[in-house]
Amino acid sequence: MSEANEANEARAGERLLELEGVTKSFGDEVVVEVLHGIDLTLERGELAALIGPSGSGKSTLLNLLGLLDRATAGTLRLLGRDVATLDDAALTALRGESLGFIFQFHHLIPALSVVENVMMPAAAVNGGFTASMRPKAEALLEAVGIGERADSWPRELSGGMQQRVAVARALMNDPPLVLADEPTGNLDTETSDQVFELLQRFNAESGTGFLIVTHDPDLAGRCDRVLQLVDGRLVADGPPDEVL
Amino acid sequence: MLAPTLAWRFLRDGRAQTLLILAGATVGVAAFVFVSAIIVGLQENLVDKTLGSQAHLTVLPEEPPPRPLYEAAAPTLYARRIEEPAPRRRPFDQWQRALRTLEATPGVVAACPKVTGSALAIRGGAQEGVTVVGADAARLRRIVDLPRYLVEGRYRLGSGEALIGDDLADELGVRLGDPLRLTTEGRDADVRIAGIFDVGQQALDGRWVVLSLRGAQTLLDRVGDVTAIDATVEGIFEADAVAEQVAARTGLEVESWIDRNQQLLTALKSQDQSTLMIRVFVMLAVAMGIASVLVVSVVQRRGQIGILRAIGTKQRTVLAIFLWQGAFIGVVGAVLGTAIGAAFTQLLERVTFFPITVGPRLALMAMLISLGTGLASAILPARRAARMDPAAAIRGDG
Repeated sequence: MSEANEANEARAGERLLELEGVTKSFGDEVVVEVLHGIDLTLERGELAALIGPSGSGKSTLLNLLGLLDRATAGTLRLLGRDVATLDDAALTALRGESLGFIFQFHHLIPALSVVENVMMPAAAVNGGFTASMRPKAEALLEAVGIGERADSWPRELSGGMQQRVAVARALMNDPPLVLADEPTGNLDTETSDQVFELLQRFNAESGTGFLIVTHDPDLAGRCDRVLQLVDGRLVADGPPDEVL
Repeated sequence: MLAPTLAWRFLRDGRAQTLLILAGATVGVAAFVFVSAIIVGLQENLVDKTLGSQAHLTVLPEEPPPRPLYEAAAPTLYARRIEEPAPRRRPFDQWQRALRTLEATPGVVAACPKVTGSALAIRGGAQEGVTVVGADAARLRRIVDLPRYLVEGRYRLGSGEALIGDDLADELGVRLGDPLRLTTEGRDADVRIAGIFDVGQQALDGRWVVLSLRGAQTLLDRVGDVTAIDATVEGIFEADAVAEQVAARTGLEVESWIDRNQQLLTALKSQDQSTLMIRVFVMLAVAMGIASVLVVSVVQRRGQIGILRAIGTKQRTVLAIFLWQGAFIGVVGAVLGTAIGAAFTQLLERVTFFPITVGPRLALMAMLISLGTGLASAILPARRAARMDPAAAIRGDG
């Protein structure tokens, strides 16, 4: 386990993300408010699910949490820093160091080998690939069960394997929080279970926090906390047995 | 070095697109090199042909001021008209001093005092009007490279020796070693043909009889005198400026080859402009080809660009990835295009009457222009990629 992971564990319970009255609107002439006054706190080491019907604003909220978009109003703090005060370059740096991403369609870079895809977040932060990154990337691939495919190309892997690579990539910089947008949405049930178990394992072993956007109530039920979004409002927030 | 690495990988990944875009750049650079080499070769040949047989600069003796034929006392003078004197012998006062000044002028690489005049060449029953040119052999060859054009005999101007053009030799029916009589008003000289040259210009090959300076001075009754001093300059297109300097320093009349060949210069300038237009349009076509393929590449890779941005890749790195792609295409296109262009010029050279070469200067120019075109054409797609909203790009509607 890396020093960063140890730090994640040691600081479990610390406030990672704080949202106060966050709203998000789109459009200039016709303004559509998608998120209405979201108040939310995510602590280190949490395994949380974000559920809600299509169009409820889950992806919009995830983009805000991932610093890929800016809130129209309200305050969003990541690791205590008010992101509204940061310029694009500072946001990019904070995103690279503090957040991991897993997407439904894995979005691996086909021009890079599997191990290079995993090394990519470190390369993005450090400005290039270095040999010292490889052992850690290989260890992560080993951890997600595809260590022997390090030098393969993404196109040579199955969908499940590609999603495992995406999981490894999300953990490369030891981020305190990983945002996963429907990480199992494109996989069969068995592979879905395997990928989710991976996330659970990393959460338990390294203290990495996960916020998983999902439509799957079974998957949400296996998380520690469930957030329910309906029509841009956070209508429920608690343990799965209370929310679901 | 993330940007060049990713740029190279993207190019390698989109092999078909890369080959297409590279083919476009290569053909463009090949056309650029080919056209440039031909035009430069043609121009050099024209200039060489023109200047190969004439001096870059000619310093002439001072024009004697017109003088009235009759100097009348002031009260009795009713009218007076002073006319330019008819062409007549102009002595070149202090030509040795003018020669030293000329040789000391920056930009002048060689100078040759000469004496020229008309004579009649007689061989048996054949007679031809000729131009006698007298000069020191070592100095003359640095003005007109006669040894290069010598088709028979040796380049030497000893006492009683002459070099003549092949056309004149044919007209007079003389061959190497034959005697020839040169006659002017009141003077004769018997010379032997030491060499026959073929410059490729009727004015020289059909009229010139080259003698030693002393021999020509004696024949033309100008012992110790010269009619002009010819000079070669370092940069032929700077001949006018050097001429002005020489004129200022000597106070004498100085003609440059540019004064004597205005039409040629106009033709060269027009050719330069046409070549420039061809080059610009060719490279514009290349730029548009590169830009359009890169724009398609940006659209196709928007998801990957989004994920790169999401995981912390800086905006300027994304910009640099596409600029590097443009640069790679530009450089590889330049290398391949220059090689192909050079190969085509080699083929063409077999059927042209002038040498065409793709020198290091042209190759370097093609490289820089191609690199610049590659970079310039990548700016638009690169900016588009860098400004992409990562969230929208990941969703696939960026």
